[in-house]
Amino acid sequence: MKLASRDILSLEEMPREDIELILDTAHSMKEIIYRPIKKVPTLRGKTVVTLFYEASTRTRTSFELAAKYMSADTVSIATATSSVQKGETLKDTARTLRVMGSDCVIMRHPVSGSCHFLARVLDIPVINGGDGMHEHPTQGLLDMFTMREKKGRLEGLRVAIIGDIYHSRVARSNIWGLGKMGAKVVVCGPATLLPPEIERMGVQATTRVEEAVEGADVVMVLRLQLERQQRGLFPSSREYSRLWGITRERLNLAKPDALLMHPGPMNRGIEISTEVADSPQSTIEDQVTNGVAVRMAILYLLLGGGEEK
Amino acid sequence: MKLRGKPEPLLIRGGRVIDPAQGIDAELDLLLEDGRVKQLGHGLEPDGARVVEARGLWVVPGLIDMHVHLREPGEEWKEDIASGTRAAAAGGFTTVCAMPNTRPPVDDAPMVNSVLARAAEKAVVHVLPVGAVTRGLEGKELAEMGDMAEAGAVAFSDDGHPIADAEVMRCALEYGRMFGKPIIDHCQDPSLSREAVMHLGYWSTVLGLRGMPAAAEEVMVARDIILSRLTGGKVHIAHASTRGTVELLRQARAEGLPVTAEVTPVHLCLTDALVHEMAYDTRTKVNPPLRSAEDVAALRLALAGGIIGVVATDHAPHHQDDKEVEYNYAAFGISGLETAVPLLITELVHTGIISPEILVERMTAGPARVLSLSAGTLRVGSTADVTLIDPGLEKAVEPERFYSKGKNTPLAGRLLRGWPVLTVVAGHIVMRDGEVLV
Ligand SMILES: [Zn+2]
Repeated sequence: MKLASRDILSLEEMPREDIELILDTAHSMKEIIYRPIKKVPTLRGKTVVTLFYEASTRTRTSFELAAKYMSADTVSIATATSSVQKGETLKDTARTLRVMGSDCVIMRHPVSGSCHFLARVLDIPVINGGDGMHEHPTQGLLDMFTMREKKGRLEGLRVAIIGDIYHSRVARSNIWGLGKMGAKVVVCGPATLLPPEIERMGVQATTRVEEAVEGADVVMVLRLQLERQQRGLFPSSREYSRLWGITRERLNLAKPDALLMHPGPMNRGIEISTEVADSPQSTIEDQVTNGVAVRMAILYLLLGGGEEK
Repeated sequence: MKLRGKPEPLLIRGGRVIDPAQGIDAELDLLLEDGRVKQLGHGLEPDGARVVEARGLWVVPGLIDMHVHLREPGEEWKEDIASGTRAAAAGGFTTVCAMPNTRPPVDDAPMVNSVLARAAEKAVVHVLPVGAVTRGLEGKELAEMGDMAEAGAVAFSDDGHPIADAEVMRCALEYGRMFGKPIIDHCQDPSLSREAVMHLGYWSTVLGLRGMPAAAEEVMVARDIILSRLTGGKVHIAHASTRGTVELLRQARAEGLPVTAEVTPVHLCLTDALVHEMAYDTRTKVNPPLRSAEDVAALRLALAGGIIGVVATDHAPHHQDDKEVEYNYAAFGISGLETAVPLLITELVHTGIISPEILVERMTAGPARVLSLSAGTLRVGSTADVTLIDPGLEKAVEPERFYSKGKNTPLAGRLLRGWPVLTVVAGHIVMRDGEVLV
């Protein structure tokens, strides 16, 4: 089996069959992570580059471990960037990577669409490790993998996504991915953090957290970027936590066996109470493990899967 | 202008002459002599004049583009007066108004003179300078509008920047009224458009790009209309782009205020969905942004009905280095002179949305009226500026063949039908079959 696309840029563009293939492949990859010697030779001789214009130890490490467990070599390039770009352009960086013979680039970038730009310049697979406020497709896939693992299905699930939807690439990837897999998504947050016409993406939108959480199979809490407070998008984290924070009481409105998810890192006490974050319903640690499995699956399918069959 | 000497007489024979200023739409011959329109009629004899057969072509007054960025002085690698006016000639334009946001900006009489002097050396079409409203385009103190008007500025604008301070706009209108020149405002409330790179709507939500609400434009259009009412000054809204703006213009017109507006070909023909379709291609990045389908529909109606009286390209050439970057970092702007006519004919005329007469009116008599120019007509005695258009000619847009240094257009590769084939400036043929001859 092969993926339809050469790159992993967004779940909006990814066909349902590709999502299924990645999730199924991740299932067998997860088993490798639990072995005492976590090493298979699948990607020996391949070089995977992580190009991060925005700090994210979590995502970068997850990709690097995934590559290493399959014996690929990894190179990480961390680039400080400001809104006014200085020095080498992304186009030049891309050309350098190409002539250096890398086999795949994983990029995290503060500007939406920059992975599309990179993919146009490069003839090797590009994986979007999070681009601006656009998408974070591998996070969406690991979230779906976790839900499917715990619930046995995605079809028909009611998933509430709570927080700053406007700026969230995690939300966008989950909305497209879950929509394709037949889940029902409700997004919720302050009106200033809900982007216009979001319903046209196939979700229900509300500013009332109780309405969103009611009857949910999954409650996904997003990290609140506290600098949005300075920009006047919400008045205070105190008020935010009172109106949208996920507490035990609010989580109780969801189904009794509802999952609680968070892409991390958490602002405990603001978007999520510690009691809830550490409860048995929480899948936060599973999400981290599953992240490695899903990324192994993606690297395998993009770099090695085609050759074996 | 670069064109010197006496042009040879020209007889343009058998074309469909469309001159809305005279209410003419008929098969006629047109005789040009000594750089002027000599005669318009049936069965004219060449009498020594060179004959141009125009059967099947539209013969229209030389097109006027009242909103062009020539980038000279200061950014000649993006465009200069020679390349920009050759692009104009290729696009069928015989007159362009040069926006003052150059480096340094055109904000005093010596700068106006300098543009006119450079144009005299290098331009192949008429160049009319627009002066800045405020010193250094800083939006604070009025520039010397009187001096600039005397030196030849045809209008005033801080284009590229809105005139954000309402008191400054009020003074500009009051002061500018003495010279009878319009204030062209790039209407955009900076607090509502901060960091925005596309239209705020469904597609900005999907793409995760910061969106500019239509309201950013509309609040300032409303303000300008109110200030025009207060001062009696002439306001011209640059590149109107939203349905709300159209509504406001309709009210201003009903009230009889001296408020006019222009719209660009791309805002009439493309929508914000293109940013998605072209997967963040920075050639779709323009300011104001490509708007929604509803906005486009309203703009088309407004153009057809005369609520918007002018088509202007806002020709904004950029170097590829300013475009081959991440979307947020890319410069705003589309190189528009060489695609305006075929885009509008393809999308609006061949589809029956507007008639050839109206299109020609909005590109000739319309801008001439706003700027009080004698150009934009084929009336006997007027300057021999003429454009011939082949409404059936089909060609793909090839930016690499543009005369403009700016190859930045989202229309690259698009097949368009209805191209200019001959441009005559003051009796001189400057473009034939797409080739600029001077
Ligand atoms: Zn402008």
